Amino acid sequence: MASRTDRRAAAAARHRLLPGGRVAGPMLWIIAIMMFLTVLAAAAGLGLGAAVRSMSADLAGRASVQVVEANPQLRDQLAARALTALRGADGVQAAAPVDPALLADQVRPWLGEEATSGDLPLPALIDVTLTPGDADAKVARLRRLLGGLSPALRIEPHAAFLLPLAGLLSALGWLAAGVVLLMALATGAVVVLAARGAHDSHRGTIEVLHLMGATDVQIARLFQRRIGLDAMLGSALGFAFAAFVILLIGLRLGATGSELLGAVRLPPASWAVLGLLPVAGVLLATLAARWTVLRALGRAL
Amino acid sequence: MRAGLYGCLPTVPWLSLRGSRERASAIFQDMSAIVQFENVGLRYGLDSETLSDVSFTLAGGGFYFLTGASGAGKTSLLKLLYLAQRPSRGVIRLFGEDVVTLPRKRLPGFRRRIGVVFQDFRLVPHLSAYDNIALPLRVAGMEEGEVDAPVTEMLGWVGLGDRGQARPATLSGGEQQRVAIARAVIGRPEILVADEPTGNVDADMARRLMTLFEALNRLGTTIVVATHDLPLIAQVSGAQMMRLDKGRLADPTGSLRYPPRPQGGE
Repeated sequence: MASRTDRRAAAAARHRLLPGGRVAGPMLWIIAIMMFLTVLAAAAGLGLGAAVRSMSADLAGRASVQVVEANPQLRDQLAARALTALRGADGVQAAAPVDPALLADQVRPWLGEEATSGDLPLPALIDVTLTPGDADAKVARLRRLLGGLSPALRIEPHAAFLLPLAGLLSALGWLAAGVVLLMALATGAVVVLAARGAHDSHRGTIEVLHLMGATDVQIARLFQRRIGLDAMLGSALGFAFAAFVILLIGLRLGATGSELLGAVRLPPASWAVLGLLPVAGVLLATLAARWTVLRALGRAL
Repeated sequence: MRAGLYGCLPTVPWLSLRGSRERASAIFQDMSAIVQFENVGLRYGLDSETLSDVSFTLAGGGFYFLTGASGAGKTSLLKLLYLAQRPSRGVIRLFGEDVVTLPRKRLPGFRRRIGVVFQDFRLVPHLSAYDNIALPLRVAGMEEGEVDAPVTEMLGWVGLGDRGQARPATLSGGEQQRVAIARAVIGRPEILVADEPTGNVDADMARRLMTLFEALNRLGTTIVVATHDLPLIAQVSGAQMMRLDKGRLADPTGSLRYPPRPQGGE
């Protein structure tokens, strides 16, 4: 069995067979850039996916009941009756009136100080949290219940408001997944071109090795090792830089204080998926190099 | 340096120790054909045939010279012999197997049994002389710890003991040729094919190299040397000569000798 020194010497000898240091070529930097963009795209996809899931889970179980009544006394009475009915209804986990002051604050930017004068009839709002499961059927039941109390009571599921936004986020997530796929294809294509170039520029050495009895696999291994090392270093660099950028963006998103933007986050499982990307990149580069060189060698005698 | 096993040469213990006696006797017991060409033709593209109807047989353990004018087809014939080319027609048998129809994946095994000294040396330019000579051993999968001794020995033998780390570009033509020869013989090939191996060396080195080839031949290696150098051929007693003329073997039996055999004698 070969000693460690022997193996190191053998590896060094193999390394010498193909000239040029690893960092000398552009391959490493191209792979670093590709990996940087791939990780960013994947992070965007995973983050948006998490946001869509969180939003869907959040919105699916919530609804607002509006009490559209101009008379303040009647509105308050109707709101109280609706609240009692809702709290006793099946499928309702919680029902709470929205503070009129909070409502007034929210409309003040559009309506000005008139919003709080009391002259403007703002509807009363009740925030309803449904029990988990089949939100549509529960909303339909509550609509019938409230309709029986008064036609001034309207129930609106939150999902209906934010459905287009969730759709947009979902589409962006799929777009990010597509970008990751395209980047993987582009990385593969770059490796194929690099391996072809390397094969062409070392044709003389390859021919000598062939005539000495080297097998195609022996020769392909030289290239796949070299390209694999380039890919490993490039992927590590690209991943490290992308991770730094993602953390920075995460901090910025957190600083906005927005609930919606705050939902765009990367849980540990998503970081694990991102961590697999450099590994996949190295594997892809190595296999692409091996396939390319073996194909090229197969055309020679 | 102690007195050489092969006359004027320093000893090459590595050559003499690696089971050579057993190997030599095994090969000599079977002096049957190691190389057979039958009606071989070679054509590059749409040109006329470079080699036509070439038929000959080389016995295992023989020493053969291939001569002919420039452009006669010597290098093309050698290319067929060291499996760099497949013929356009005909049959070539090496070590008893038809190599024309041999699957590509089996060629490396055959090539490892053949040492080649290329006319243009074909040293790997970015490798040192040491690494160039070590190539066949590494290709054959020899453990790295076992590579150093024979390579150092061969370097010393070809007079380049102190130039092991030199790149081919820094070596003279003669030195490059010696590295090429050391690389061809280090794997103890069963057939050694050399294309003008003494073209760039002085007379003394040419004699030393030819003595090495003879030593290898005595150990059982079949030697095929393409050369114009008739005095060189005269140095090797018992060698047979084949002459190519415009792509055809002038003596298809391959039994010509140089100097020619005396009439009626062996």
